[in-house]
Amino acid sequence: MHLGVSESMRECEYSQISTRSSTPMETPYKKRTPKMRKWESFPGRNKFYCNGRIMMAKQTGVFYLTLVLILVTCGLFFTFDCPFLALELTPVIPVIGGVLFLFVLGTLLRTSFSDPGVLPRATPDEAADLERQIDVANGSTGYRPPPRTKEVVINGQTVKLKYCFTCKIFRPPRASHCSLCDNCVERFDHHCPWVGNCVGRRNYRFFYMFILSLSFLTIFIFAFVITHVILRSHRSGFLNALKDSPASVLEVVVCFFSVWSIVGLSGFHTYLISSNQTTNEDIKGSWSSKRGKDNYNPYSHGNIFTNCCAALCGPLPPSLIDRRGFIQSDTPQLAPPTNGITMYGATQSQQSHMCDQDQCIQSTKFVLQAAATPLLQQQSSQPVILTASPENGGSLPGRTSLTLGGPCTSLPLGQPTPPTSTPSLSCHEATDMLPIHGHSHTHNHSHPHQEPVAHHHFLTPEEVPSPPGMLPCGSPLGHSHTMQAGFYNPASQDSLHEDSVRGLVKLSSV
Amino acid sequence: MHSVQHHGQQPRRPDLPHCCQPLSPFHNLQELRHSASLANKVFIQRDYSEGTTCRFQTKFPSELESRIERTLFEDTVKTLNNYYAEAEKIGGQSYLEGCLACSTAYLIFLCMETRYEKVLKKIAKYIQEQNEKIYAPRGLLITDPIERGMRVIEISIYEDRGSSDSSSGSSSSS
Repeated sequence: MHLGVSESMRECEYSQISTRSSTPMETPYKKRTPKMRKWESFPGRNKFYCNGRIMMAKQTGVFYLTLVLILVTCGLFFTFDCPFLALELTPVIPVIGGVLFLFVLGTLLRTSFSDPGVLPRATPDEAADLERQIDVANGSTGYRPPPRTKEVVINGQTVKLKYCFTCKIFRPPRASHCSLCDNCVERFDHHCPWVGNCVGRRNYRFFYMFILSLSFLTIFIFAFVITHVILRSHRSGFLNALKDSPASVLEVVVCFFSVWSIVGLSGFHTYLISSNQTTNEDIKGSWSSKRGKDNYNPYSHGNIFTNCCAALCGPLPPSLIDRRGFIQSDTPQLAPPTNGITMYGATQSQQSHMCDQDQCIQSTKFVLQAAATPLLQQQSSQPVILTASPENGGSLPGRTSLTLGGPCTSLPLGQPTPPTSTPSLSCHEATDMLPIHGHSHTHNHSHPHQEPVAHHHFLTPEEVPSPPGMLPCGSPLGHSHTMQAGFYNPASQDSLHEDSVRGLVKLSSV
Repeated sequence: MHSVQHHGQQPRRPDLPHCCQPLSPFHNLQELRHSASLANKVFIQRDYSEGTTCRFQTKFPSELESRIERTLFEDTVKTLNNYYAEAEKIGGQSYLEGCLACSTAYLIFLCMETRYEKVLKKIAKYIQEQNEKIYAPRGLLITDPIERGMRVIEISIYEDRGSSDSSSGSSSSS
């Protein structure tokens, strides 16, 4: 096999050159001993704490504001109002207040810290399989394949399933891609900045209980602070009462403004639960009768009670992303298929794409070293765009690999069958030489938003350095070293991955 | 490094058709992975015709036609579908569990596992058993859907390398 040959050649080349070279990179294929947990290489834009137990969105500022507001208001209530009320009225008041406060806090933390129902991204083999099916279904392949949708009939209603370009899957019904977290979430409701997380299938009930209990708490505090002020003002006059307990004013103000929004939100979500809709669907009017006479919600169970029970007391599915699991390094992957569409990451049989980031980092170091000393004479007329160095080699594996994945995604990913098309061979060789397993990462970053980033990280193949021993590998394969401009003329290719097409268009415009 | 062992000819199994004779005696799944090479993967997609509950399509993929009988495959998928339906069933027991959990502020899940998790364990055991008894002797391997985000059932098709490339047989398992 082609790869087997070059691999064995690489190994023998290493043994020859290792005495001469002083590069820090000895054997990139040696397995790293410290095992990484899966959350450390999670492709979405989430933050993890406590070694993967806690999962939140990237922007958490507003969540801290929510927390501070709740803690401060309740703290003031318990410190200044409760002693008076407990004495004057009944000690049950602080007890109920305490229970409500703990419940609110518990549900808030549960909503914010749990996995909302993130769908893991497709493995390279799955994505390749889907691509194959889509191409077969489409027939002709243009530069811009039509938007990929699949229609499914659910309980009599036709539902369109959309293909997610970032996650490389057909989204299940009711799932949606959150652009803030860059994940597909099952039964996506909305992304709540107050809670610092998406609200989806797994944490919707906690979110609902949070806003419900918070509305009770807000009304409770509002009512009893007013009672407190009134009782005091009976004794010593209104202004004196305010002077004696200044905190009450703050509490009343906070509660007054919160009540409207929170009670309103609770009411809205109660309606959504009883009709088994998500915020997304309601806003779009997906199941509204205005769209058509026969339009109805196929997910509804029929009556309000069942809908509520199903949403709040139904079974809680487990997290699909297994944050705290260890990354397996020996999952076999398929050899690239011969139909021209392939995944680079699938060429190695031993490494899973998760732990390839180590090699991506090594490869990146290579690239950076070589970029400092130009290796080959440049023959293309296109200006060279050097990679910007990754901020720190290890922390962003996806982005690190993007620097190498740049030229690779822009190049046809198929096998270079016509030997006369030298550009394809040189590109294939370049990519073949580099121990790139992180190409599978690039598929995670094929989201359109990533394009501006990818654009600046492209390398011409000439800039791609040859790690020691790589260059001689090229000659037995019959490639010439005088590499031409290694970029494809888009017009000469028929079947290209959509991202590579976009990449090419960007490159040609430089 | 796992050395390739050839245990000699596997005796013919009269109960299986000619096309489905076991390729080689795979005593365990590890051996399957190391002494055969991965040829192809088939993905059984989800069936959404009944809503968002977890169900997989029972359509028999063409790549498996020569490897396994249709009925065995369909049985496996139908059993898996039944397990998932049981896990996601909304009824008396799930309500009880939900209310109990809510009243204890979900702290009860620190000691107890949810019904869904219990069923998932049963599924994992079932898949392993199916692999050992039915799929591995035919050079196939089912991956638990939970490892693929419940999107697909991944069936890996292995080709027995046999004696033709025993010399290079160790190269991919290094």
